[in-house]
Amino acid sequence: MSAAVEETTLGLDHRKLAMWVFLGSEFMFFGAFITTYLIYLNTTNGGPGVELFDIPFTSVSSFVLVMSSLTMVLGHHAHEQGDMRRMRMWILATALLGMVFIGGQAYEFTTFVKEGLTLTTSPFSSAFFVLTGFHGAHVTVGIIILLGLYSLSLTGKVKKDQHVKTEMVGLYWHFVDVIWVIIFVVVYLIPSG
Amino acid sequence: MASASATAGRSIFSRPMSTEGFGGWITTTDHKRVGVMYFWTSMVFFFLGGIEAWLVRAQLAAAELNLVNEELYNQAFTMHGVTMVFLVVMPLGAAAFNYLIPLQIGARDVAFPRLNAWSYWVYLFGGLFLYSSWFFGAPNGGWFGYAPLSTQIPGHNMAFYAVSLQILGLSSLAASVNFITTMLNMRAPGMTFMRMPVFIWMSLVTNFLLLFAMPIIAVALFMLQFDVVFGTQFFQPATGGDPVLWQHLFWLFGHPEVYIMILPGMGMVSEVLPVFSRKPLFGYAAVVFAGAAIAFIGFGVWAHHMFTSATGPVARSAFGLATMFIAVPTGIKIFNWVFTMWGGKIKFNSAMLFSVGFVSMFTIGGLSGVTHAIVPHDAQQTDTYWIVAHFHYVLFGGALFGLISGFYFWFPKVTGKLMNETLGKWHFWTWFLGFNLTFGPMHMSGLLGQPRRTAVLPAELGGDVELYNLLSTVGVGVLTVSASIFLFNLIKSIRSGEASGDDPWDARTLEWTTPSPTPHYNFAKIPEVTARDEFWHRKYAESEDGRAVPVPVGASDDNAGDAHDDHEHIHMPDPSYWPLVMTLGLFPFGYGMVFRSAPLLVIAAVWMLAGFFGWIIEPVAEGDDDYDPDAPPRGDDPDAPPRGDDPDAPPRGDDPDASSSGDSDAHLAPAAH
Repeated sequence: MSAAVEETTLGLDHRKLAMWVFLGSEFMFFGAFITTYLIYLNTTNGGPGVELFDIPFTSVSSFVLVMSSLTMVLGHHAHEQGDMRRMRMWILATALLGMVFIGGQAYEFTTFVKEGLTLTTSPFSSAFFVLTGFHGAHVTVGIIILLGLYSLSLTGKVKKDQHVKTEMVGLYWHFVDVIWVIIFVVVYLIPSG
Repeated sequence: MASASATAGRSIFSRPMSTEGFGGWITTTDHKRVGVMYFWTSMVFFFLGGIEAWLVRAQLAAAELNLVNEELYNQAFTMHGVTMVFLVVMPLGAAAFNYLIPLQIGARDVAFPRLNAWSYWVYLFGGLFLYSSWFFGAPNGGWFGYAPLSTQIPGHNMAFYAVSLQILGLSSLAASVNFITTMLNMRAPGMTFMRMPVFIWMSLVTNFLLLFAMPIIAVALFMLQFDVVFGTQFFQPATGGDPVLWQHLFWLFGHPEVYIMILPGMGMVSEVLPVFSRKPLFGYAAVVFAGAAIAFIGFGVWAHHMFTSATGPVARSAFGLATMFIAVPTGIKIFNWVFTMWGGKIKFNSAMLFSVGFVSMFTIGGLSGVTHAIVPHDAQQTDTYWIVAHFHYVLFGGALFGLISGFYFWFPKVTGKLMNETLGKWHFWTWFLGFNLTFGPMHMSGLLGQPRRTAVLPAELGGDVELYNLLSTVGVGVLTVSASIFLFNLIKSIRSGEASGDDPWDARTLEWTTPSPTPHYNFAKIPEVTARDEFWHRKYAESEDGRAVPVPVGASDDNAGDAHDDHEHIHMPDPSYWPLVMTLGLFPFGYGMVFRSAPLLVIAAVWMLAGFFGWIIEPVAEGDDDYDPDAPPRGDDPDAPPRGDDPDAPPRGDDPDASSSGDSDAHLAPAAH
């Protein structure tokens, strides 16, 4: 599994290549959900529609998530430098920012439900909740992996010279952020604007 | 905890060591064993799918029969389709990927051996989960589960469909990531893309198709499942849901899916035909690029399944044209196969017969497929037995013939024994006859207007249709006899088949350079690849008039005589029980999803999370971590080089004393091997 990089055909670590391949698949996954959402944009069944979106609020939580990509990069950089203490700090910061984002999403969902937009209101509401919910699930998985990386670096299972592990987590985390940027623009900004 | 104290330092996170017996199989990470397990599991499901086919054919043997009621009939044809697609043909392809990909590219295993084992277990448990639905009401809405019909079926039937296909999709997705990484990144030195065997090319294309098609069906299945279980409104026409959306998503997956099923067979036939024609494959590059073109165009033809749905004239014309286009690369392949045989020294054994059967039967299926591209014609054929005839000619006459051909071809490599040729020929001819008897008449009954998925054959369709249906049912009887011959031959040959030797067919690719059956480590020495059809070029040179002349033994540098002589310590992946442990968590997950049970879902989440971390922190059996240059050597391997015995031994050449000391040289020689 952990063949030295120079032994591989493409000169890439297997794990990194596999992560890129997997993320290609994930793009199709979110692509199909986003398409469905766009088809149902106006199919509100008399219930609330895009006017419910609180753009300033979601902008702030989007900013938080994008900033978490920055802390992720800093964490990877610190690991490459072999500074495990700083790496752990940035990884923890990334996980915390992710949690803030998830908290924001939980708040947003409860507000929408109070205002009459539930999972079963209309095709629009189903598409919205399931799309953003799956994104939230991806962020949650990312947080669990980040916390795992943090604890395993404490126990010595993730070593100084194994920055490829941090890089892999980073690839996934950046992907989740990129998808959110697309969702924020296509799902929130353009329809509301 | 006596055992824990006896083996100091071992915990539940230690790795299993044994590769023997039952425990060795369930903890295996060896790609060859995983491939063999895929094969046997799909054989069991093939048998079950055959029983379901019998239910359908017995009911339709004559008009106005009532052997099974309509509900059971619906479940039988749905389960037959789902079984044959997701539990037989796709896993048979996966069995071949597992066994052959590392061998054909000159690697010792796949990139992620534990993930590979996990893919298998997920497939097995997905299949078991699907079949457990027989106790609650099996899926009954057709293998394509058209919503909104499928969302309005009462009961758990379609929830089982959605969740089990989701689980099976997970298996395919994990496998595709693994195989793509393996094929791109683990090729032997010198194996450039255009030197890869055609089977590897087709596997690469197939796995990219899986990678991009599986997430689309995952999305559709999530929507279906949430509609059925949680009351979302994706496919509810009453609240404005689009009744055609499911069809678009399903066929956007479903059409690439048919190429996922046929391309491995095409790859196998492209290996078998050259060997038994004693000619290189005609137009290697054309075959490879045609395969890639099929994959590309395959994502743009899905709406030809929906010509009678609300798609509009522009879409119909565009998809009709694209469908005709996709026949071009397919035709290129067929001509290349024919020209491969043309003028060759053809040897008709079982493997070759099935390959030739593949080419001819698939051509018939392909031609009836082109008729679907003509929209008005398709409107006549939709939902008739013409469609059933067409897709059985491509899936049974195509994919399955190709896979069986590959099975006969590689059986000696897996077992070290030959299949019985007489029985193999009996198998082929009865199979060929039974297949055409079953599905040939369906062309006729379909054109005469017999509808699909109708539990009772109406008498007013007339005596001709009744006769064709009777012939089809008789055909299934012939196929049953044929399958029994195959099974008998298989068991007989495994037990007491003739020894095959390492290269019984005078074959062309790297897997035949290894001993049969292939040892755990595949290659004692990783081969250097200098040509396409590498093994052939090690055996034969070309004379001045273009004939193949054998290379004398030892004359070729590549063909090192001591290839089986193993002094080097080869590090192979250790067994692991975490793939199986992780998979068990899918059971509470599946039932929790179907029956909407939060406690089960919580159990599943905790279980899989624990399994995930157990997997990550599982150590390597030999030592604490993946690579530690100062680690002491394994104590239990007598063949291991003694380099670690003396950690202070100077590196070779650094110390002037070392080269002058004969003792030191002898000491280091095996390690530098």
